Amino acid sequence: MTLTLKIWRQADAAAEGRLHTYQLDEVSPDMSFLEMLDVLNEQLNAAGEEPVAFDSDCREGICGMCSLMINGEAHGPEVTTTCQLHMRSFADGDTITIEPWRAAPFPVLKDLVVDRSAFDRIIQSGGYISVNTGAAPDAHAIPVPKQNADRAFDMATCIGCGACVAACPNGSASLFVGAKVTHLGELPQGQAERDHRVVNMVAQHDHEGFGGCTNIGECAAACPKEIPLDVISQLNRDLRAAMRHGH
Amino acid sequence: MTSVATTDLVRGGRSTRTTIALKLTMAVSGLVFVLWVLAHMYGNLKAFAGHDAFDEYAGHLRTMGQPIFPHAGALWIIRAILVVAIVAHVTSAVILWRRAEGARTTRYQVKKNKHSSLSSRTMRWGGLALLLFIAWHLINFSAPRVNVTGGSTADPYDLVVDSFSTWWLTLVYLVAMLALGMHIRHGFWSACQTLGWTSTTRARHRAKSAGIFLAVLIAGGFSLVPIFVLAGVITK
Repeated sequence: MTLTLKIWRQADAAAEGRLHTYQLDEVSPDMSFLEMLDVLNEQLNAAGEEPVAFDSDCREGICGMCSLMINGEAHGPEVTTTCQLHMRSFADGDTITIEPWRAAPFPVLKDLVVDRSAFDRIIQSGGYISVNTGAAPDAHAIPVPKQNADRAFDMATCIGCGACVAACPNGSASLFVGAKVTHLGELPQGQAERDHRVVNMVAQHDHEGFGGCTNIGECAAACPKEIPLDVISQLNRDLRAAMRHGH
Repeated sequence: MTSVATTDLVRGGRSTRTTIALKLTMAVSGLVFVLWVLAHMYGNLKAFAGHDAFDEYAGHLRTMGQPIFPHAGALWIIRAILVVAIVAHVTSAVILWRRAEGARTTRYQVKKNKHSSLSSRTMRWGGLALLLFIAWHLINFSAPRVNVTGGSTADPYDLVVDSFSTWWLTLVYLVAMLALGMHIRHGFWSACQTLGWTSTTRARHRAKSAGIFLAVLIAGGFSLVPIFVLAGVITK
């Protein structure tokens, strides 16, 4: 495959960035998208140019490190992460535009790498349960109905990649916060801090500069883990409950 | 472009000071409007019952609630509720709009919409268009009242017939009803979601269907009188 790549190049956080065009030949359809970028970077290295900086880690779709807005779609055209996207999803001769996540709370650090520590602070402000340390309790000490366990597990699949923010025209992280609030709120262990959790996480979300939700659904469509819009309703419901309880 | 994200954690966050609280304000005020337009649309259909029935209805709006309320008392209570609702709705929308603009200061060179409906993406400009329309609509039929054919404005029924006999004014109203329908289509389901009533897939589909139903019912119902006046079915 021969591809034309238009890639956002930006030297550092303070520099002006712009799209740079590259030609890449002999791309195999079996390559992952990131392997394709690795090939490009080898060429750039050989030519003495600065390689394209992008985030990646596990390359098996479970860590949430990779990102990339590919032709206007977060993680590209398939419902998966960029590392699990393969070049067979593209055609020979395609032009592919690659941009970083765009959101004020996700400032670009270099090229396609953005600072997603805003998500860490949202988690820090409430995305946890407090437990006493010591010997592990019996696995069946606290019964959890299967329905709740299943929903908690499904929402726990959120890997915090930020695709929801990237796809949202408001730059809102409601799907991310909703997934975390729903995940912990479904479990008995999550009840004690439920009101504080939702208020603090939403307050941190707002403080970071993320936008409000308009329920248009671009986030759920972009989510590589298929977190449904339901979690935003659950988030709103939990916040309303906290409001009633005077938090 | 901002080079450094914030690093501080919020202490003592309040539920009432969040973006979700603003959305709740929009949802509740929006549902007030839905109830109001349903009642308004029902009243308009009285035009099909003829001159006397329509004018009697218009007069009855002022006497309803009597003698507990003074003349036009109930009507003024409704107007006060609507004014509070519109101020709350528009203020919240403007604050959230500005936030959204601030959350994406650098736009994408290429951005695809994969899921969102046209209705959902036109809520803000569509809402502003509706606000302009409401201003004109009040000037047209409430105060000071304008008869574009140059005729009298004293009789409510005659003013309706004169107004919608004018093709371009009918067109303005029909376009406004299309905008209203689109606003309700997304707004109703969005309000349900904001109120936390759609936490399952089934509930979400139901709320979306109800939104489409209400949009067609309200926009369609309002459009009947202008269309039938223009077609010459409803006459003086």
